[in-house]
Amino acid sequence: MAKRIDVSGLNAYYGNFRAVEDISMTVEPRSVTAFIGPSGCGKSTFLRTLNRMHEVVPGARVEGKVLLDNEDLYGNGVDPVAVRRTVGMVFQRPNPFPTMSIKENVAAGLKLNGVRNRKVIDEAVERSLVGANLWNEVKDRLDRPGSGLSGGQQQRLCIARAIAVEPQVLLMDEPCSALDPISTLAIEDLIGKLKEQFTIVIVTHNMQQAARVSDRTAFFNLSAVGQPGRLIEIDATEKIFSNPSVQATEDYISGRFG
Amino acid sequence: MSTTTTSPRRPSPLSSTLTERRLPRWTPLATLLGAIVLAVVVGMVFSIQSKLQWALLAAIFFVLGQYLLARLVEGRRQAKNGLITSLVWVAFMLALLPLFGLLYYTISKGIGVISVDFLTHSMNEISPNQTGGGVYHALIATLEQVALATLFAAPIGILTAVYLVEYGNGRWLAKAVSFFVDVMTGVPSIVAGLFILTFWIMILNMQYTGFAGSLALTILMLPVVVRSTEEMLKLVPNELREASLALGVPKWLTVVRVVLPTAIGGITTGVMLAIARIIGETAPMLMLVFGTDLINTNPFKGPQSSLPLYVYQQYSAGTPASQARAWGGALVLIALVMLLNLVARGIARWKAPKASR
Repeated sequence: MAKRIDVSGLNAYYGNFRAVEDISMTVEPRSVTAFIGPSGCGKSTFLRTLNRMHEVVPGARVEGKVLLDNEDLYGNGVDPVAVRRTVGMVFQRPNPFPTMSIKENVAAGLKLNGVRNRKVIDEAVERSLVGANLWNEVKDRLDRPGSGLSGGQQQRLCIARAIAVEPQVLLMDEPCSALDPISTLAIEDLIGKLKEQFTIVIVTHNMQQAARVSDRTAFFNLSAVGQPGRLIEIDATEKIFSNPSVQATEDYISGRFG
Repeated sequence: MSTTTTSPRRPSPLSSTLTERRLPRWTPLATLLGAIVLAVVVGMVFSIQSKLQWALLAAIFFVLGQYLLARLVEGRRQAKNGLITSLVWVAFMLALLPLFGLLYYTISKGIGVISVDFLTHSMNEISPNQTGGGVYHALIATLEQVALATLFAAPIGILTAVYLVEYGNGRWLAKAVSFFVDVMTGVPSIVAGLFILTFWIMILNMQYTGFAGSLALTILMLPVVVRSTEEMLKLVPNELREASLALGVPKWLTVVRVVLPTAIGGITTGVMLAIARIIGETAPMLMLVFGTDLINTNPFKGPQSSLPLYVYQQYSAGTPASQARAWGGALVLIALVMLLNLVARGIARWKAPKASR
């Protein structure tokens, strides 16, 4: 169920502004890869190129290759809609659909993609909510609106919604930045569990979180404001946090960054 | 020598206590009563005829009184607060005055003729001098014409707004559409009527019908629907669109199943307000539906009436009986608009995203 991602020579633009410059990296399947780096260094932009969400922004475009098990996401004839079914995404702020109940939220991806079979949907809803560690909290109120849940529950609802369509890869854009420590812990536990099935890429500003949940860590930086962001290094998380090969990484991790 | 060390504390120019002298809570009411009494006294002494001038005097005395009292007892900042607060109150009263005046006049003059007969009969064979007769033919015609106009304007308007917000993003076509919607908003209703008269009736040789009227109403309704729907769609958070797209849902389905349902309450309200705006249009009706005293339930064939046209015709007939009917027709029209607004509120509340647990 999990796929490897090979990125080579990727540039991402907003109009004429190059936000991300010449990134090449490999994301291993069934593992957690964390992206860290200062604000504005292009982590989120790069993350969004991995499921072609970048081009949703007007004027945004991408150059380079993203291979998902040797299939180029930016190749000719690739349907971005199909890409997004394969590579799911969880956003910074919990964004359940306000018009839908908890159950409908989880089933949204399936229903909107044409799955009609009630039994299939019910099973997927339960499996996804169990998978997102939310089932026990909401099983008695599946028909209530999703916006009535707490922030942490909403975020787990969004994770359940993302994994209900059974993607190969799960991208998470600062999934805990709007949550309190207890909800964060719940999400982090969940990430540890999800990586048995999915390839997970997570953007985080919290370095302890990167150290706790990820197997590999990529450090991004930008030379100055207005310059494109670059990948500085990517390595095993222990190595990045104990003995990084680049001085800038060590400065950033130890808090000596300007 | 360092000056940062223990310099003796200067007495502050600001008052150091937290409590200040306050006027009792009933002061505004007392000031208002005082202002009215004073205005009445002044009005009598100087024998001012117009009651409107009395009311204006009372308002001025109220504002001044509030300011002076607060200035004397509470201080400058509170006095300014009192001044602005009382000005806001006076403005509020001034804004309500026309509304309640209009409602009062229409109801008091119109309620006399309202009866089951009035609502269920046409003006067939009723001369202007006779009492009796009713609005049924006009009510039916207005409902049909407005329903037809809504049938055309709501889908076109909503789809235009969807294009502008979801697909336009700064293309020249979107800019052009947006510009012409603005231009349409400013089209006077008589011009819309003239256009349909020339195009539909004179060039295409069609009849004077209720349908011709509803075409003019469509022109008037369209920009209102587009603008209000556009504002509502813009309010839908982008995160919801992205969440849906990231699930692998195609864009059109995202718009249909996520964006529109989220905004449906506001869109409905917008359409209803547009209906309320066009239901009272008189000018195009004068030119297009021809006007009749008979019941014609077919908007596509033969002349029809319309409520605003009915009011106009009855009023211009000039007899006491017909003018009473004009007020009755106006009251029916206002009641209809109010009913539609209530329905719109109900739908908006029913369809709005539920945030509570």
